[in-house]
Amino acid sequence: MITPSKKEIDKIVFSVLSPEKIRKMSATRIITPDTYDEDGFPIEMGLMDTRLGIIEPGLRCKTCGQRVKDCPGHFGHIELAMPVIHVGFAKMIYAILKSTCRGCGHLLLDEKEIKRLKGLHEKIVERGENTSYLIKEVVKRTGKVSACPHCGRDKLKVEFDKPTTFREGGHKMTPAEVREWLEKVSEALGDNLRLLDINPKVARPEWMVLTVLPVPPVTTRPSITLETGERSEDDLTHKLVDIIRINQRLQENRDAGAPQLIVEDLWELLQYHVTTYFDNQTSGIPPARHRSGRALKTLAQRLKGKEGRFRSNLSGKRVNFSARTVISPDPNISINEVGVPIKIARELTVPVRVTPLNIEEMRELVKRGTNPKPPIGVTYIPGVNYIIRPDDRRIKVTDENAETVAERLEVGSIIERQLQNGDIVLFNRQPSLHRMSMMAHKVRVLPYRTFRLNLAVCPPYNADFDGDEMNMHVLQTEEARAEAEILMKVQEHILSPRFGGAIIGAIHDHISGCFLLTYKNREFSRDEAIYILSAAGYKGAVKGSMKGKEIFSRVLPPELNLEYTAKACIGCEKCLKEKCPYDAYVIIKNGKLITGAIDEKSIGSFKGEILEYIARKFGNDAAREFIDRVTKLSVAAIMIIGFTTGIDDEDIPEEASLQIREQLDKATEKIQQFIKAYNEGELEQIPGRSLEETLEMEIMRVTGRARDYTGEIASKHLGMDNSAVIMARSGARGSMLNLSQMAGCVGQQAVRGERIHRGYGGRTLPHFKKGDLGAQAKGFVSSSYKRGLNPTEYFFHSMGGREGLVDTAVRTSRSGYMQRRLVNALENIKLERDGTVRATSGEVIQFVYGEDGIEPMKSIKGKATSISLLLKEVEHE
Amino acid sequence: MKKEDIQKHELVPSHIILKKEEVEKLLKTYHITKAQLPRILIDDPVVVAIGAKEGDVLKIIRKSPTAGISVSYRVVSKAVL
Repeated sequence: MITPSKKEIDKIVFSVLSPEKIRKMSATRIITPDTYDEDGFPIEMGLMDTRLGIIEPGLRCKTCGQRVKDCPGHFGHIELAMPVIHVGFAKMIYAILKSTCRGCGHLLLDEKEIKRLKGLHEKIVERGENTSYLIKEVVKRTGKVSACPHCGRDKLKVEFDKPTTFREGGHKMTPAEVREWLEKVSEALGDNLRLLDINPKVARPEWMVLTVLPVPPVTTRPSITLETGERSEDDLTHKLVDIIRINQRLQENRDAGAPQLIVEDLWELLQYHVTTYFDNQTSGIPPARHRSGRALKTLAQRLKGKEGRFRSNLSGKRVNFSARTVISPDPNISINEVGVPIKIARELTVPVRVTPLNIEEMRELVKRGTNPKPPIGVTYIPGVNYIIRPDDRRIKVTDENAETVAERLEVGSIIERQLQNGDIVLFNRQPSLHRMSMMAHKVRVLPYRTFRLNLAVCPPYNADFDGDEMNMHVLQTEEARAEAEILMKVQEHILSPRFGGAIIGAIHDHISGCFLLTYKNREFSRDEAIYILSAAGYKGAVKGSMKGKEIFSRVLPPELNLEYTAKACIGCEKCLKEKCPYDAYVIIKNGKLITGAIDEKSIGSFKGEILEYIARKFGNDAAREFIDRVTKLSVAAIMIIGFTTGIDDEDIPEEASLQIREQLDKATEKIQQFIKAYNEGELEQIPGRSLEETLEMEIMRVTGRARDYTGEIASKHLGMDNSAVIMARSGARGSMLNLSQMAGCVGQQAVRGERIHRGYGGRTLPHFKKGDLGAQAKGFVSSSYKRGLNPTEYFFHSMGGREGLVDTAVRTSRSGYMQRRLVNALENIKLERDGTVRATSGEVIQFVYGEDGIEPMKSIKGKATSISLLLKEVEHE
Repeated sequence: MKKEDIQKHELVPSHIILKKEEVEKLLKTYHITKAQLPRILIDDPVVVAIGAKEGDVLKIIRKSPTAGISVSYRVVSKAVL
């Protein structure tokens, strides 16, 4: 059990460890590079000394006397024979050396300027701003000085060779010399160290050169025992062994009075080992490697990057009470629900406190055990996995002890009940790009192994069922459940804050279905009407045969009044409104669909006008009910009518094919004319373009028009009795362009917005003559997808397709990184209760949210109100 | 070339220097200190044009397509370095 801390954190100060501090916090000095003796016992004053904490069960720590679980581990230390530079501080040391005098340690500025800078420093602190760039200014100013204004000593140029070498006037300084200099600096500057962004109370410059190295506890670098009984040490331990070895040799050599050269070599080697111990990816030096050739993972590598401590263990953690599996569709559950496999439901639990009021009920629950057999007619009933007794003991419920545990159940215990229908869970699909990527659903325990979700919630998650997986999290506290239900439930997100319209709505067949149901007001027999309406949960009576629009009206709220143009609207010059020949003018009066076919613009996700209006006018409950009903209604309708599509939907009559050929021939001819004109120099130049560009543009125009023409000819022969056309026109799937590419011609292929022009010398493929500027030679595909492409066309088409693929890959990675940076910059900004937008320290970012105070989710397409909508409403009253 | 009055340009919103009492009232309504206000640099062309001094608070009135008129405040301040 964790005992809550009685202490509250007031502030955190970052500082540099002093040698004294390192020795003081050390449990032991480490002198031998060996770890274990022959018996496998840790060697005293070795790297695995039991005073540094223990990793084997059964032993007791020599420092704190506790066992494996409780001993946090303790630091040790290594006394370095010679000082070495700490890589992490090398840049800072460079800045200090550059701006101070080697002779007296003072800043290379006169008193007046120091005073001025101090004033500036105080001002910055007062404002609560970052002082770290003051050091840059100090270095910049001292750089111009040639002699120390305090002692008159000449300032030699200090150079810095990455990662750890410093030179003064070309002469290489040893770390010992650097340390001496820094000592002088801290002596001379005192409180003025603040100008170099150092707080003299907690850090002194000379501590940035190491004389003592702390050795982290064994608990941070545990060795692992392989199955063979062999011991394998952590990378950090390996590195520390290297350091101790070299340190020992350096000490011996120096004490024995070895030649300066050898000592210096060893010293540099020690510097290398200490540097790589901190960061094994320091530029300028080769990374230290394992015997196998793998680069060692040292301190910086543990923290850095995506797999580092911060991003993978602190900002992001693996959590309990969660599940992940493949998703599949279920049109029978509500948009608010999620289908959870029995296997998962038995594993995940909700804590329920036992009270005098529910103790009998809980007893029954516990009695069932972990895998209760459901009564006939029911597929699942929840059991109990664990009981937490009032004394905090956890008891696992098994089939054997279920009875006895249930009997002994007391008030105050908490039972961990398996999921049951109606539990609130969070459901999420990565990438979590917006808040609708994680919504609260109600559990519906179902057989089989996949999560089931309603098709209308696919758009916000951007989910499909080609193998997508999703995550589920079970909420553990009453507060979390309440919050999730009020704020995160799916129905609360029908309107998107992105554009103030519905994001959850009908897709694909739902749209085709409603369109078929309502288009040109098809008639349905009484039986058919009953079938369709009962599927939608309609409870009223059906008297006789019904028209499609009438059937659809039965799921609309009776008070609904709307008027708009449908997706099928082609924008005639003079709108005939209710007499629209395409049935594309929707009028809904008092919940009755009068004219117009229901298509994507009525009920589709992202566009659905009816959805948006219902959600805004009648609330989210009504909108949820409408979506649930309308999807079921349309699925029933499409099943009655029957719907299929295939390549023969793009069949066009012989004469149409001939017409298309004719058009394409004409286009080719026209292109030849342009080329001829170009060759003879008669082409009229477009202002601001070269002759070649003019030709390209003219040709692109001709090929573009040719494709449109063929599309028009093809679509003339594809009427509203054609399934593919129905899908395209109603917005369910596909576009008329897709159809004309299948039936008519695929059209010009382009790379970087130009006709394909590269490949072989002077031509795109060896199939063409050099210098051929004709349509076929430059990537015009005159075949249709249905007829099939010839080899050269196929090749050009792949080139165009490849570009598209590369573009999307590049776009997603780039926009992902852009978003990450934006989120990191803005995550602390918050809307306060007084309506202002503020940063953490209370600085005002905006005085009114968005400068207009409009909540996008409640806006009408981003605007506060819509006058035209208000007028219409008034009109109806 | 004749120097144009930048304040007359249609893209420049109107900046007004607040009186001392007005500043106090503003800070009181939002429960903030001057340091928490958004800033405007002292060498900003508009600040130069209206002759505001360091520490002055400007009221900036902008046209907004959604809000009609949007008001914000900025305190004139020097660059740190």
